[in-house]
Amino acid sequence: MKPPAFQYYQPHTLDEALQLLSEHGDAKILAGGQSLIPMMNMRLAHPDVLIDINGLTELTHIKETDQGLAIGALVRHYQLEQHPLIQRKVPLVAEAEHLIGHPAIRSRGTIGGSLSHADPAAELPVLATLFDWELVVSSAAAERTIPAREFFLSYFITALAPDEMVTGVRTPSHAHAGAHITEYAVRAGDFALAIAAASIVLNASDTIQSARIALGGVADIPWRDPDFEASLQGQSPSPSLWREVGQHIKEAIDPTDDLHASADYRRQLAQTLVEKALAGALERAKLAEMKGRQA
Amino acid sequence: MVPITLTVNGVKHALEVEPRWLLADVLRDELHLTGTHLGCEQGVCGACTVLLDGRPARSCLTLAVTASGCEITTVEGLAKDGVLHPVQEAFWQEHALQCGFCTPGFLMTAAHFLENNPNPTRSAIREALSGNLCRCTGYQHIVNAVERAATIIREGDSHAISQD
Repeated sequence: MKPPAFQYYQPHTLDEALQLLSEHGDAKILAGGQSLIPMMNMRLAHPDVLIDINGLTELTHIKETDQGLAIGALVRHYQLEQHPLIQRKVPLVAEAEHLIGHPAIRSRGTIGGSLSHADPAAELPVLATLFDWELVVSSAAAERTIPAREFFLSYFITALAPDEMVTGVRTPSHAHAGAHITEYAVRAGDFALAIAAASIVLNASDTIQSARIALGGVADIPWRDPDFEASLQGQSPSPSLWREVGQHIKEAIDPTDDLHASADYRRQLAQTLVEKALAGALERAKLAEMKGRQA
Repeated sequence: MVPITLTVNGVKHALEVEPRWLLADVLRDELHLTGTHLGCEQGVCGACTVLLDGRPARSCLTLAVTASGCEITTVEGLAKDGVLHPVQEAFWQEHALQCGFCTPGFLMTAAHFLENNPNPTRSAIREALSGNLCRCTGYQHIVNAVERAATIIREGDSHAISQD
């Protein structure tokens, strides 16, 4: 299985890459290639033109900004796993990286690629949805930002126009201390059958100030329900509340049967994982609060 | 055809490649380094794993043009001056291969893993090897071999991995 022939371009600047993208109708951006190249090897994808952005050093930054972090689209998974700013500011991203593929995949795969590929069972789209990341999207004509929850449209389909590419991600400042991600995959590094991520901020009285819950692998896009999250505000966190939340989400989601798991099994997994994610997030929120008081 | 340069096992090569050629095929067919094996050609089996600028990568998911200018280490680059790399030595001692098809990928993955994890637990070894499939051994002997290689490296019985 080898890729079909294509016209190949290796731009040296982002402007050059965007110009190429605007000139060629059936062009694909090649970053880490961990999803695109297998699809080409299997002849599921056969773009006329490949624009290889691996040389664009202007997309490799991880920077602190007033709003949070700015991460270039070409930052690779292993860098997200290891970079001190990621570990300090968005620790759940570094933690989630251990769940993504294998070391060899993490050597090459990129944050921009993972988000653009929009696999609903991938970890980064779930975190983008949980933390309301903004995707920076550029074409030769303009730059715009798209909130994560408006970016993912369906399986492998995003709000990107044909002449646009993701150039970076902005992660807003958010209380990241009380967050947790958990998933179930048949083998380490496989795509998960289901993923649950949660983040909790507590009031001084230890009731819930805000709670967020996002799931992967249970719908055509990462799943989140802010109205339901709002109903948790002011409640006292407890295992029985988490059970109620898990039960609610089990009934709210509508996963499909596939080769890997039945819809029923995915519902049960989602319920269990949501409870675990919330319990883990609460533990960390409490720990962060204790540290805050001591400081 | 596109001109590229690849430094493979310390030797620089100037080559002409078609953009669609995979790094694995260029290593095997152009440089005749057939130690790198192609199993699934879709990034699942790990047999084609090489080190790309010091990190493990699937050479079946990397275009040779993209790798131009990079340093590549293949299984042929593990042994130095006729002395097996500790991971190779340990695979031999522990009978960690049967048909041997997957072995190059396991060796490269394990060699990189031990550089950063000199004293790993068995579960850490299993996780590190989870991206490499073996259909013969049942993995037990491979995990044993990586444990043994870690011991060999720690005790300095053989040459160390990172001489560079």
